[in-house]
Formats: sequence, structure tokens, C-alpha cells
Amino acid sequence: MTALPDPPPARRLGLVIDLDTCVGCQACVVACKEWNGGGAAGPLGDLEPWGRAPSGTWLNRVHGFEAGEGEAGRTVYFPRSCLHCENALCVTVCPTGASYKRAEDGIVLVDESKCMGCGLCAWACPYGARELDRPSGVMKKCTLCVDRIGDPSLPEEDRVPACVAACPARARHFGDLGDPESPVSRLVAERGGVELLPELGYRPTNRYLPPRPRRRLEASGERLEDAPATGGFLGWLDRLLGG
Amino acid sequence: MRPAPSLLLFTTLSGAGYGLLAVWALAGLFGALPAEPLVGAVGLGLALLLITTGLLASTFHLGRPDRAWRAFSQWRTSWLSREAVAAVATFVPAVWLAGAWVLGGWVSAPAALLSAGGAALTVFCTGRIYATLVPIPRWHQPLTTPVFLALALASGATLGACLAALLGLDPTAPGLAALLALPLAWGLKLLWWQRGDARAPVATAAAAIGLPGTSPVRLVEPAHSAGSWLLDETGFRVARRHAAKLRRLALGFGAALPWPLLALGLFVGGRAALLFVVPAVLALALGLAIERWLFFAEARHTVGVWYGEEAV
Repeated sequence: MTALPDPPPARRLGLVIDLDTCVGCQACVVACKEWNGGGAAGPLGDLEPWGRAPSGTWLNRVHGFEAGEGEAGRTVYFPRSCLHCENALCVTVCPTGASYKRAEDGIVLVDESKCMGCGLCAWACPYGARELDRPSGVMKKCTLCVDRIGDPSLPEEDRVPACVAACPARARHFGDLGDPESPVSRLVAERGGVELLPELGYRPTNRYLPPRPRRRLEASGERLEDAPATGGFLGWLDRLLGG
Repeated sequence: MRPAPSLLLFTTLSGAGYGLLAVWALAGLFGALPAEPLVGAVGLGLALLLITTGLLASTFHLGRPDRAWRAFSQWRTSWLSREAVAAVATFVPAVWLAGAWVLGGWVSAPAALLSAGGAALTVFCTGRIYATLVPIPRWHQPLTTPVFLALALASGATLGACLAALLGLDPTAPGLAALLALPLAWGLKLLWWQRGDARAPVATAAAAIGLPGTSPVRLVEPAHSAGSWLLDETGFRVARRHAAKLRRLALGFGAALPWPLLALGLFVGGRAALLFVVPAVLALALGLAIERWLFFAEARHTVGVWYGEEAV
């Protein structure tokens, strides 16, 4: 049923992504493709993977931006994947009942055996989180690695989404954003984490931590200047050379 | 948004078909068309043919058409599902109306009213599918649904006037409906275009990376060097350069040509009317094709702000 769970789930599993520490290495992108190519969301099809115009399905993409000018300017790498919205229009527009939001933890999923591949959910997502898999004709999206986070046969430290496990900069954090005392909620409160495009009304679960304010150049050390050489070997050399 | 041929065919053909169904049913009900078998067969037959062709065309848009039957299940939340239910449900009174008219030579009042109502409801649902899509601001406006309804009525009534003339009947009733619906539809469309152009952006590149208010923000490293389905679907750009010219062509072929032709046809009457109403239908078809192509091609999706657009 494509009705959203009512009341909204108290448990809200999601990601907190630190735009300050993300270095745009694409490790999360590759880890996502690798895990989900074979897991519950797989396969993630590619067309012409070794051809002239390859294209394919990826559930996580990292975009590199330049923001601001001069001293305030910086490079911002922006990882983009499903935000597991509370008000998920992608779910309610689904005509077949394939898209749903889990009542127990708020994860938005697609039942691929019901999807007819109309693409309307991808049109309804402002964040571009859904991609139609051309070889199989059904919609694919981030599952928050449901087949990792809920697998008791995995060691506890591995029960996180593949992108979180792979991030070498520790820029990705996974947890319950519905619990104000959870580590991810405290991180969001501490760093002023933001909701993406809140005016659109989707109430996304994921949060982004904005880059920290840049330290001013003067504070980073003495400027390099000509040092007066007054004594010792360097002073003698200085005098010898006619300084 | 990519103007998929399947959706262009579906929305224009089914729109005209439902318009014709409503016009023919009501004209028959109020005695503006005779309850003769041939009249019912031609008008309702063409309407159902257009509707069915459009519905079949729409299944070519699907990745898994074998699962299309599932689209009847989610009418509680989904406008696409409601459209599917309404489209199929309308066949019941339409076939009942056609059966009584063609086989029995009489127009069933409940079947005529239900056919017209079902036709309007189906096109209403089509409009709502587009009007409720928040990420596509040009579609997400209150006038989207009225434009779909008015264009369906205008095309159905124009087609109805042409059919009446072809059958040697008095085309006044459907003709007058078309003369009223055409300016209404294109007037709404003009307003819809203006509002779509004047709207404020709903997403900017700065807001897209969680830093609203930062300026300038520009994309320096695309997320991928190759293509993706999402970009093919939402990143259509061809229309922008010629949009103004194409809008004038749509208005010219869709309104400026068919209206006077239709008026002349009604004025002349008889067999000579065909000289005017047939070109009116052809011009309107071309105008509608351009209008519907632009409807998709000009619409931009918020996902563009992650791919180099400053604002959507």
C-alpha cells in the first residue's frame, strides 16, 4: 500500500553526511554500487559498460561544487542519495503499490516484484534519488542497505550501510534521527546540521553538516619574510655577500 | 522533461477521445444528434478508438508493461492509479451507450451522463498527475488540470463538429461547443505559460548543497562522466531555444486557424462546411501536438540544480 505510515514512524533511520570532511573520493559511490549490485537491491544494471557511451544505475552520486569567492571560497563535495523523507511523495504517487515506507524505521523501499517501471516516482522526487534500471525495467533506490543493517550474522560494526563503512574520511554517519539522544542526532545538534530544500515540504530524514567556518590566513602562522641575519655563520655570510 | 512519444500520443489522443465521447453523449442526450445507429457507431466508435489507442500507447512508457494491471490497486493515494481506474470504468457506460444507440436506436440518459462524467473524471486525473508533481514547478500550478480539461473538450468538440458534417448532420451543437471551448482552452494555456515563466525558482544550486545564501555556487566536477536514466528523463533541453516560436506556432495552428475555419463551416453549413471543418481539425491536431511536446520539453525538474543549473 502506498499510503504513508500513520502516525509517522518514531524511529527514523538515516544518514548524516559531513560536508566539511567529505573529500569527494567516490569510495562511498563505488562501495554502494558493489554491495547493492548483488544484495537486496541488485542487480544494478549497466548499458554498454565497456562501450563508447556507458550508462548505468547508481544509488549514490557525489557532485563537486565551488561555493563562494576569494577567502570564503571553498570546494564542497556533495554526496546525493535517498533522504528517506517523512512526506515521501515518491511513495504516494506509486500506482502499483511497489513503493512503500517501512512503518518500523521509516526506510523508503521498492518491492521490485510489483514495480511496472512507469518512472512517476522518480519525477516526484526533487532530490533525484531514484533511477530506473534499464535492463530490468524497474525502479532502484537506496535501501540504507537493509540487507546489512538488519543482518544478525554480520559482526555488529559491519551492520551499517556500505557507504558508511567505506568512507575513509568518516564523513558519513548512520543512526536513528528520530531519537534526540542518538549519536547522529547529537552530531546534528552540535554542528547545525541542515535539512535539504525544506521549503519543498518533503521532510527528509537525512541531514547534511555544513562546512566549518574557515580559519583566517593570519592566524595560521607568521608570514614568510626576509629574516635579518645578525650573527653566526649566516650573519658572516650575509655580510660577506654585501647584505 | 523528455517528451516521450508514448505520453504525447496518450495525452493528446485519449484527451480528444474523451472530449468526443462527452460531446457526442451529451449532444445525443439533448437531441442535437439523431438517435440513429450510424451516428452512434461513427461518433462513439471513433471516441473509443482514440481512447483505446492512447491507453495502449501509454503502456509503451512502462519498463514492465506486463505488470500494468497492478496500476488499478493504489487509487487511494495515486492520481495515476485513479486515472487508470477512471479510464477503464468509463468503458462501462460508454459501451452501454454505444450498444443502446447502435443496436437499439435510442440514447440512454444514465449511460450518456455517466460517459460524459467518466470522461471528464479521467482527464481530470491526468491533469492531477502532473499538477501534483512538486519538483517540476512549471507543472505544479493550479491551472494545469483546467488546461488539460479544456483542451480535451476543445479537441473533442472540434472533432465532433467535423464528424457531424461528414455524416451530413447539423454540426451546430458540437460546433458551438468548440467555438466556446477553443478560446477558453488557449486562453487558459496562455495564462499557464505566463505563470510558469514568472514563477520564482523553488531550488537553487546553493540550496541544493545545503548552503542557501552562498554565492556564487558552481558545479566543477560532475558526479559522473557518462549518462544516466535520470538525466535522460529530466535533463531535456532542446526546446528552450525555440520555445517562444513554438508557442506561437501552437497558438496559430491550435486556435487562430481552427476557430475562424470552424465558424465559417457552421455559417456555410451543408456539404460545403467540410471544406472548412476538416482543415480545422487538422490544424488543431498539429497545434495540440506542438503544445503537448512543449509541455514536456519546457518543464524543468529540480534535479537540474545538481547538474549545473543555477536555479529551477
